[in-house]
Amino acid sequence: MTGVPVVALDPLFDGGEITWSVFGVVAIKVVVAFAFLLVAVMLYIWGMRKVIADMQNRIGPNRAGPFGVLQTLADGIKLFFKEQSIPSSADRPVFRLAPYLSIMPAFLMFCVVPVGGRVSILGHETYLQVVDLPVGALFVLAMSGLGVYGIMLAGWASGSKYPLLGSVRATAQLLSYEAAFGLAVLGVLIQAGTLSTRGIVDEQAWDGWASFATEWYWAAAFVPFVIFLIAATAETNHPPFDLVEAEQELVGGFNTEYTGIRFAIFFLAEFMNVITMSAIATTLFLGGPSGPGLGFLAADNVVNVWLMPVFWFLVKVLALLYCTIWVRASLPRMRYDRLMALGWKYLIEVAVLWVLVSAALVVAREEGWNVWVVTPIVAAAALGAFGVLYLCMPRPGEHVEEFR
Amino acid sequence: MIAQNVVFGVLAAAMVLSAIGVVTTKNVVHAALYLVVVLAGGAGQFLLLGQEFVAWVQVLVYIGAVIVLFLFGIMLTRAPMQPKESLDNDLKWPGLVVAVALVGILGALLVDAFEDTEIELEAPTRTIEVTDAVFRTYIIPFEVVGILLLAALIGAVVLARKD
Repeated sequence: MTGVPVVALDPLFDGGEITWSVFGVVAIKVVVAFAFLLVAVMLYIWGMRKVIADMQNRIGPNRAGPFGVLQTLADGIKLFFKEQSIPSSADRPVFRLAPYLSIMPAFLMFCVVPVGGRVSILGHETYLQVVDLPVGALFVLAMSGLGVYGIMLAGWASGSKYPLLGSVRATAQLLSYEAAFGLAVLGVLIQAGTLSTRGIVDEQAWDGWASFATEWYWAAAFVPFVIFLIAATAETNHPPFDLVEAEQELVGGFNTEYTGIRFAIFFLAEFMNVITMSAIATTLFLGGPSGPGLGFLAADNVVNVWLMPVFWFLVKVLALLYCTIWVRASLPRMRYDRLMALGWKYLIEVAVLWVLVSAALVVAREEGWNVWVVTPIVAAAALGAFGVLYLCMPRPGEHVEEFR
Repeated sequence: MIAQNVVFGVLAAAMVLSAIGVVTTKNVVHAALYLVVVLAGGAGQFLLLGQEFVAWVQVLVYIGAVIVLFLFGIMLTRAPMQPKESLDNDLKWPGLVVAVALVGILGALLVDAFEDTEIELEAPTRTIEVTDAVFRTYIIPFEVVGILLLAALIGAVVLARKD
């Protein structure tokens, strides 16, 4: 560290000098992550249509390629060659910029996700993730905050009423759930004691089958886990929180005026966000790439070092993605006032109280206080606080007169 | 070091041009977007100094929350697509004088204070050092700022209510 600021913890940079092969490793990682996300989105959209079709006794896409797996590619090519139109009342530069603003955060957020373990590429030891920021969790929150720009500016720049209504609605929703989202992430950070995503994953390392419940944070931070899943669904505008694109009321939503490849980019961004969020949830709560290796091979065998962590990572992400598809097929869209009530009156309150409770418990553990005395007191205090807040909440329709 | 100086120059130029854009553009939304570029440039400068925590907090708080609220407010009240009149008002010239005076005073102060001193770039501050400073050394100013912001928030609600 000879006066040069270090911006990543990766062992790749331990030598302190950037040679061409180090540069090559970074370039390979970036390109592979980019291609992986694009292919994953393609397969996810196909898989989603197939699973939902199955749940609804339909066949789903089955024409393009085996089992219709190339359907998304065909749609993409079609959209690519379609004519693009810009409304005459649109703000042209912003209108053109908006789709890219909505897809960039999804890509960038994936960069801090640990996909595998510590491997060797081109003779360099490195982590299997694009970059390991010392403040990775903060980066995730910052990027999820940037995601709102694409939707907001798209609606405004279209110069048309329905997209504007759609984007105002979307912005309110995203801002409301951002708070709950951040507090849920905080629940894990208190347990892990580090902001680095690699550090969080290392804290959840595999140590026999019991670590499924004892090491991974979904059990130790169960309440934040549930809040995270709900808030992430709302942040990605996935059903039942897809009020952004209400065909009945808004013609289409913020993207009504978009055509061709620009529309496709919004579409891509939406589904890429779902995949990225599932990857983040896997990292924070399900141990990321941690999982049992193959016992009959040596621990440093290439299969155990390279393949098994990636395999476990993909299994966890696919399980979460299947659940989002399941929810999508099962639940109808929420009403707007209920969406806001859920976010502001319940999720944020419960998340704040949980942060206080788990902070108290962590302090108690470090100071060596009696856990069996501290836990009931803290739990009772939190439940009491929630009860007081619940009683103070206006019932539906109660305050309408006062504010009119 | 040379690479860092070049990046600093590029970021600084982008920030200055965007800052001029903020005050000269005729469209409120464009002004907010120029402000985003200025703040992102600030975050980039922090990264150059190895202060990642501050840099990403800048992105999270200013770009991800403050400007978003600006834009949200603009959209809810008036979202002029084709602005009819210019956004200037009578305070244009006093504003310019104050800005030039401020640049002069601050610039003179910096030059006077540092002259030819070369500042060695220290190792990046770790997040734990930042948080220890905020929550131990400077806990009272931190809490005072928190209460000040809360008071401003409640004051805004009181002013905005129409009863």
